[in-house]
Amino acid sequence: MNQKLFEYVLRIADNALIYGQRLSEWCGHGPVLEEDIALANTSLDYIGQATNLLKYAAELEGKGRTEDDIAFLRDAWDFKNLLIVELPNNDYAYTIARQFFFAHWYLLFLEELQSSSNEFLKGFAEKSIKEIRYHVQHASDWMLRLGDGTEDSHARMQNAVNQLWEFTPEFFMMDELDQWAIAENIGVNCEGFKAQWRHNIESVITEATLVLPPDAWGQRGGRSGKHTEYLGLMLAEMQFLQRAYPGAKW
Amino acid sequence: MLKGELNTDLVWKQLAEVFDPEIPVLNIVDMGVVRDVQFVDEKCIVTITPTYSGCPAMKTIEEDIREVLEEKFISNYEIRTVLSPPWTTDWMTDDAREKLMQEGISPPQKGSADKSLLMGKVRDVKCPRCKSLNTKMISQFGSTACKSLYKCNDCSEPFDYFKCI
Repeated sequence: MNQKLFEYVLRIADNALIYGQRLSEWCGHGPVLEEDIALANTSLDYIGQATNLLKYAAELEGKGRTEDDIAFLRDAWDFKNLLIVELPNNDYAYTIARQFFFAHWYLLFLEELQSSSNEFLKGFAEKSIKEIRYHVQHASDWMLRLGDGTEDSHARMQNAVNQLWEFTPEFFMMDELDQWAIAENIGVNCEGFKAQWRHNIESVITEATLVLPPDAWGQRGGRSGKHTEYLGLMLAEMQFLQRAYPGAKW
Repeated sequence: MLKGELNTDLVWKQLAEVFDPEIPVLNIVDMGVVRDVQFVDEKCIVTITPTYSGCPAMKTIEEDIREVLEEKFISNYEIRTVLSPPWTTDWMTDDAREKLMQEGISPPQKGSADKSLLMGKVRDVKCPRCKSLNTKMISQFGSTACKSLYKCNDCSEPFDYFKCI
């Protein structure tokens, strides 16, 4: 097995899986019906993408595990997602600001991944990018509406941006595995589009009458398995059924 | 060879009996979900592609394909799922678009909307009831992953729009 490729695929898959699971918590709790539906749909896109990737990862591994085994039977330190996707949803401003930062980054990531030398990842990126474009637009619309909205919505949105900002540098931190993937033309050099990301979000942030905080220390660790306390709590709920009743089927 | 061709025709015909569980007026051939049918060494290989990555209808569609194949005593088969090339609403037949309109779902326009979406361009979406173009989007995300929610400003009815991807 190509262990490095397996690990690389897992990182992309875990972002989608953990983020999809987190967003799904809004189902039945959205501030208005349309938003409830929008976030449930968004969450479904991510979980679908995670399924596709984990199926491929399971194939690469060749140990007879399925995508479900990888999703439901790993512990927190085996997950390789970015920290930002595991943070709790908090209020709607926070959920939207996170979606805004993440989807804008993920869009650029997938754009690059479309020229991967790995046929599967290339196809995956071409498919998924169509879905993410809708997420970017949805999040950007709400940044404007809430940022340039009432006094309360503006304050909450600015607060959310301030709180999340320290989790964004991790998007662009390239480690050894990334260097390998870049050298093989399989993966993406995220540092290469950092300026573009900043430009894209800043134009919306400014229009939304918000400001980006100054650059400071960036939280890190998710991609090497060091997580916030929130991931374990989420997994406890997400994995409960398969842990309590191994092999249970729908 | 002739036998093989006949078999492929039969399989396509059978596949046209499988309907999308969420949009029961459309069969999977009309929707462009079936990408290929081939016989390789007597084995029937049906290749399908999902509309959306997380489309919950795919599992049911696969089960229904098994059923219609086995109905015709085709037991040596394999269903393959591919992501590339990615499904686009442009693959939907004119017949399928007409059926959607009759069902009260405004069909996707031709020429996938990817670029215009990012440019923020507004597209004309026709009300399936009164055919007015004076319509307004209520929500980008509708009752299923593939639809948006619209409202007609003339007849005041809300309706689903099958969004372009």
